[in-house]
Amino acid sequence: MPPDGYAVEVEDLTRKFGSFTAVDHISFKVNKGEIFGFLGANGAGKTTTIRMLCGLLQPTSGKAVVAGYDVYLDFEKIKMSIGYMSQRFSLYEDLTVRENIEFYGGVYGLSRKQIRSKTQELLDYLNLWERADQLTASLPLGWKQRMALSSAILHDPPIIFLDEPTSGVDAVSRRNFWLLIYELAEKGKTIFVTTHYMDEAEYCNRLSIMRQGKIVELDRPQALKEKYDAGNMQEVFLHVDRAKTTRDGKGEK
Amino acid sequence: MNSVLSSIIKKEFRHILRDPQTLIIVVIMPLVMLFLYGYAITLEMKQINIAVTDHSKTPESRRLINRLTSTTFFKVSVFDVPERDFDNVFKQRQARCILVIPPNFARSLKRNTSTDIQLLIDASDPNAANYIQKYITQIVRQFNFTLNRSVTQAFTLETRIFYNPDFKSYYFFVPGLIATILLLISALLTSIAIVREKENGTLEQILVSPVRPYQIIIGKVVPYTILGFFDSILILGLGHFLFGVPIIGSYWLLSFTLILYIITGLSFGLLVSTAADSQRLAMMAALLATILPSFMLSGFIFPINSMPEIFQYLSLAIPATHFLTIIRGILLKGNGFGALYVPIAYLVLISSILIALSVKKFNVTLE
Repeated sequence: MPPDGYAVEVEDLTRKFGSFTAVDHISFKVNKGEIFGFLGANGAGKTTTIRMLCGLLQPTSGKAVVAGYDVYLDFEKIKMSIGYMSQRFSLYEDLTVRENIEFYGGVYGLSRKQIRSKTQELLDYLNLWERADQLTASLPLGWKQRMALSSAILHDPPIIFLDEPTSGVDAVSRRNFWLLIYELAEKGKTIFVTTHYMDEAEYCNRLSIMRQGKIVELDRPQALKEKYDAGNMQEVFLHVDRAKTTRDGKGEK
Repeated sequence: MNSVLSSIIKKEFRHILRDPQTLIIVVIMPLVMLFLYGYAITLEMKQINIAVTDHSKTPESRRLINRLTSTTFFKVSVFDVPERDFDNVFKQRQARCILVIPPNFARSLKRNTSTDIQLLIDASDPNAANYIQKYITQIVRQFNFTLNRSVTQAFTLETRIFYNPDFKSYYFFVPGLIATILLLISALLTSIAIVREKENGTLEQILVSPVRPYQIIIGKVVPYTILGFFDSILILGLGHFLFGVPIIGSYWLLSFTLILYIITGLSFGLLVSTAADSQRLAMMAALLATILPSFMLSGFIFPINSMPEIFQYLSLAIPATHFLTIIRGILLKGNGFGALYVPIAYLVLISSILIALSVKKFNVTLE
């Protein structure tokens, strides 16, 4: 990643599926070291956006630069600079914890020595030594999820994309997971996270709210709360949704 | 980049070794099929039940009956059934055919130039009926010959049977089983393995890494090629040592064509995986598209030449058709490359088309 500039830069990014526009000319910039949140109902276009930024999906039009690389031209270089974890933790349940780490390390081209030290580091950090040689299927969900994130960033990328990482996990595990996210941010990583949990939205440095493929709000959580005179993000979200619905003249909910 | 490939391959092997379903398909299924075909289902006919109604009861008629029962082909199950019960004999499956020797048999043999005896055959299984008719005709002819050497024949047919002189059905089904099972394993297992990763979301996780599509494909294909090769050696070995199927031709050519055939199956599996979204769908598609045509249209069981013309052309598109020609040629006839380049070329053509299609579609899926 170049020393200056943004971690992610998006301009008029659009993705259509047939006649349906999933992401509709969105523009935003993410600073380095920021925790950038994407909030929105299901089908608002969060996942489509994140998939385009990770090189899993080709944009229909618009510009997107990730870690200083263009998504159209340099997506191979982007891949070394990002970590990605989706809502389905993407671990192999029939492999042991150690074997999962080995595999993802190998996929990112880490040497055997690097893999060994990474395994050490990770097992220490997650306190998983006792379960290192058990099948991943036997891990509690919260651990699985932290392990999935750790496996996704074995190659130490500067930017981490998390697509609804905490869906379906209990409150305690969600909190633990966010502690991990904070730790990573402290190390200087840029975190790009989508969620539909309002309390999680408050943990972000900046937040964009998506609706029907468009970004309708983008600011610090505090600023948004002040703008709508709301006590928490839940109210903000409802305000934004209501305001938009009236303006569009058609109700969705 | 080679370490990337080797970690994918290593991981794939771990999946295989830990999944009892895969191991069952790979090891148990060929064994079961082999023993089923080997011991239970014989296409050779033995111990056919025959009913004999001897109205003559003379030394001559007994000699004819003796001739019939001295082989393993027939076993007399019912004696002297009255005419009105013939239908019941068939209906109750007491016998598949009834031989009726007329009362004047011995006398007629001595006096007349020609004597009639009657054979009734249950043709609800036409193949068997055909066999029985041929066999009895032959026995009767021999009987006539020993009885009256003066009956001159215009010529006699001296038949020599090549490559499988005893008509052993093992010779026929072991190559056929290899053709079917290999295709099944390579197509079924690869498609399931890829679709499973789609379902679990792990494919996506790999796709955001710098791994190239070709590395994913090769990483998936290599373990299953090895598995398929292991399986063919298992079937061949059992066929050779247990059932005595010969392996006359070159081992090198055999290995080469086996691998070529496995690759054909794998590329088909890859194609299935790009189209299927669930493991169940992939399994159905792979099963239907491999087992049925390989059994029915490849010439494994039904001869291609007697199929309607359109199926004859269709059979050319089925990999098993060509592989059967190849493997029967190598095992039983000792064919070399020179005799087999046409079916080999067909296999190469089919697999190239499949690979091109699936790699193209696979790249699109990744989009």
